[in-house]
Amino acid sequence: MRPSATFDTHTIAEIQRAAETGIYAIRGFGAKRAVPHFDDLLFLGASMSRYPLEGYREACGTDVVLGTRYAQRPLRLDIPVTIAGMSFGALSANAKEALGRGASMVGTSTTTGDGGMTPEEREASDRLVYQYLPSRYGMNPDDLRRADAIEIVVGQGAKPGGGGMLLGQKISARVAEMRDLPAGIDQRSACRHPDWTGPDDLEIKIAELREITGWQVPIYVKVGASRPYYDTALAVKAGADVVVLDGMQGGTAATQEVFIEHVGIPTLAAIPPAVDALQELGVHRNGVQLVVSGGIRTGADVAKAIALGADAVSIGVAVLIALGDNSPALADEYAALGTAPGRYDAWHEGRDPAGISTQDPELEARLDPELGARRVANLLRVLTMEAQTIARACGKSHVHNLEPEDLVALTVEAAAMARVPLAGTSWVPGNPSTSPGGPQ
Amino acid sequence: MSALDTPPVTTLDLDEQGLRAVNRTLQEAPDGARFAVTSPGGRHAIAAGLRSAIEVDVHGHAGYYCAGMNQAATVRVHGNVGVGVAENMMSGRVEVHGTAGQSAGATAHGGLLVVEGDAAARCGISLKGADIVVKGSVGHATGFMAQVGRIVIFGDAGPALGDSIYETRIYVRGAASDLGADCVAKEMRDEHRAELAALLAAAGAPDADPGDFRRYGSARTLYHWQAP
Repeated sequence: MRPSATFDTHTIAEIQRAAETGIYAIRGFGAKRAVPHFDDLLFLGASMSRYPLEGYREACGTDVVLGTRYAQRPLRLDIPVTIAGMSFGALSANAKEALGRGASMVGTSTTTGDGGMTPEEREASDRLVYQYLPSRYGMNPDDLRRADAIEIVVGQGAKPGGGGMLLGQKISARVAEMRDLPAGIDQRSACRHPDWTGPDDLEIKIAELREITGWQVPIYVKVGASRPYYDTALAVKAGADVVVLDGMQGGTAATQEVFIEHVGIPTLAAIPPAVDALQELGVHRNGVQLVVSGGIRTGADVAKAIALGADAVSIGVAVLIALGDNSPALADEYAALGTAPGRYDAWHEGRDPAGISTQDPELEARLDPELGARRVANLLRVLTMEAQTIARACGKSHVHNLEPEDLVALTVEAAAMARVPLAGTSWVPGNPSTSPGGPQ
Repeated sequence: MSALDTPPVTTLDLDEQGLRAVNRTLQEAPDGARFAVTSPGGRHAIAAGLRSAIEVDVHGHAGYYCAGMNQAATVRVHGNVGVGVAENMMSGRVEVHGTAGQSAGATAHGGLLVVEGDAAARCGISLKGADIVVKGSVGHATGFMAQVGRIVIFGDAGPALGDSIYETRIYVRGAASDLGADCVAKEMRDEHRAELAALLAAAGAPDADPGDFRRYGSARTLYHWQAP
C-alpha cells in the first residue's frame, strides 16, 4: 500500500488523463507545487539591539511613489500593494469594475490586461495602469492618454516566453469586438511584440510612447522572472521608470500546466538579482522603482518583498480569492464541475460559479461589483496593516525602511536565494565571508 | 477649396526645434493645418500621436515609429522610414515615398498606409483593420497573425506570408511561393476585385488591374485550439 513519491497521485492522474485525451492540460491559477518562498523567511523583531515602534499607534508610513525617473506625473499610492494586470475577457466586466473600485477605496492602482481598457474600469479606477502587450488587443492612443501609467508587458511569471490563450467559450461579442477578432474562436495572444525586438528597440519604443503621452505618465516594464539581473538592467537601460518582476507563482487565466510549473524561477529567487542590477546602476530606491509580484498572499509576504528591495508589490490571485473565487459557499457548484473549493483552477473554461473568470451573463451577474470592491479593499487594508505590524516590530517608521538585515531564512535554499542568513547562524550560503558558526 | 483658402505651410525644422517641440506642435494643431518637417535625420517617432486632420510632409528619412498611432492626419514621408511606420494607426493616411523597414503598419486599426517602395519583414503584423498598399515587395512574415483589414502587395511576398492569419485579406500581384501556417490562396470573386480596385484607386494606382492579383487568407484550421 506504499504510495510512490515519484509517481504521486497527481502525476498518475495526469498520465491517465493524457493517455485518455491526447491533449495537454491547460488551466488557470499559478504554480501549485512547493518552491522556496516567503514562508521560508522570518523577521528578526527588535530586541536588545533594536528599538521597536508602538503597535498600531506610532506612525509607520506605507506610501510609495512610482515613476520618479522621467514622468511628469508620477503615480502616488497610499499603500505599497497594487492590483496586477488581468484582462477583461479573462475576467468579467463586473470583476474588473470591482477591482478598480476596491483599489480606489484604499488609494492604490489597478491594471488593465490583454484586452484593452473598458470604460467601466476607467471610471471605477482612480489610478489605472494601462498594459501595453504583444497582442495590442484593444490598444488605442486615446486609452493610452487616459492612463495613469503604462506597463509594457514583456513577460509574465506564470509563463515567461509564452503568449496568451483565451478559449472560445469566453469570447463574447463584446470581448471579440474589443479585440478585433471573430466571436467564439480560440484566441491566441502573441508572445512577441510586433514592432520591437530586443532592448535597443525597446528604448526607442518607450521614447515613442513618451512622445505620444507627452512625457506625463510613468512607463513600467514587466518581465517574467527568468533572468532577473539582466532583464532588470536592460529595462533600466531602455528607459523604464518602474520594473515589474513577476515570479513563477504569479497567476494566469489560461496556460499549459507544464509551462506554469516548469518555466521561470520563484519570486524569492528573482528579487535579489534584480535589486543587484538596480543598485549597480545607482537607481535602487533612487529613480527606478521595483514592483514584485507572484505569490503575494499576506502582509508578511508584502513586508518580506519590500525588505528584500521591492518598492511595492502586485497581487492577482489573492484579489480574485477576495472577490469570491474558490469560496466554500460554492462547494456544490464546484462539485458539479468536478472540483472543490480551494482547488478550482479551470479559469479558462468560463464557467466560474463565482462570476469572476467568465463572460456568461448569468454567472457574471452573481458578482456584485460594490460588494466585491469592499472585499478587495478589506484585503488590501489587511495586507497593509500586517506589513506595518511587522515593520513596527522591526523598529521601522516606514515599510520601506525594512531591509535584508531584518530577515533570516528557515532553509538553506531560501537563505541562498534571498541572500540572508540561515536562522540561528550568520551563514549566507554562497557568501564566502560568512560561515555556519559565526555570531548572531 | 481655392488656392487662396489653402492654409499656409508651416515649416518645422527638427534640427532647430527638436523632436518634442515639433511633435507637440503637430499634436496640438487644428484640423486643416499644413506642415513641412525638415531635417528629420532618421529621428524616431516623428509625427507620432497626431490626432487631427492635418497634413504633414516629412522631407527626408525617418527612423522608427514615424506617424505611430496616427489619428486623422495625412503624413507623407519623402524618404525612407525605419521600423513600425504608422504602427497602430487608427485613421488617416500615411504615405512613404521610399522604402519601409520592418513591421510597417503593425497592429493598425484603421486608415491607409501606402509604401511606394518595398517593405521589410512583418509588414501588417497583427493588423486590426487598416489597409496597407505596398507597391514593391515585402519581407518575411508579412501579415503575421493579421486580424482584420487588407494588405495589397504589388511585388513579391517573402517567406511565411500570412502565418497564423485571422480574417485579414491579402492581395499579391507578384510571387507568393511560401505561405505561413494556416494561410491559403483563395478564390478572387467579384466583391474582392471590387474592393481591390477601390484600394488601388485610393493608393494612387487606379490603372493597376485587380485581375492581376491573387487573394490569400486564413484556412481557419487554427481557430480552435487542439493538440499539436
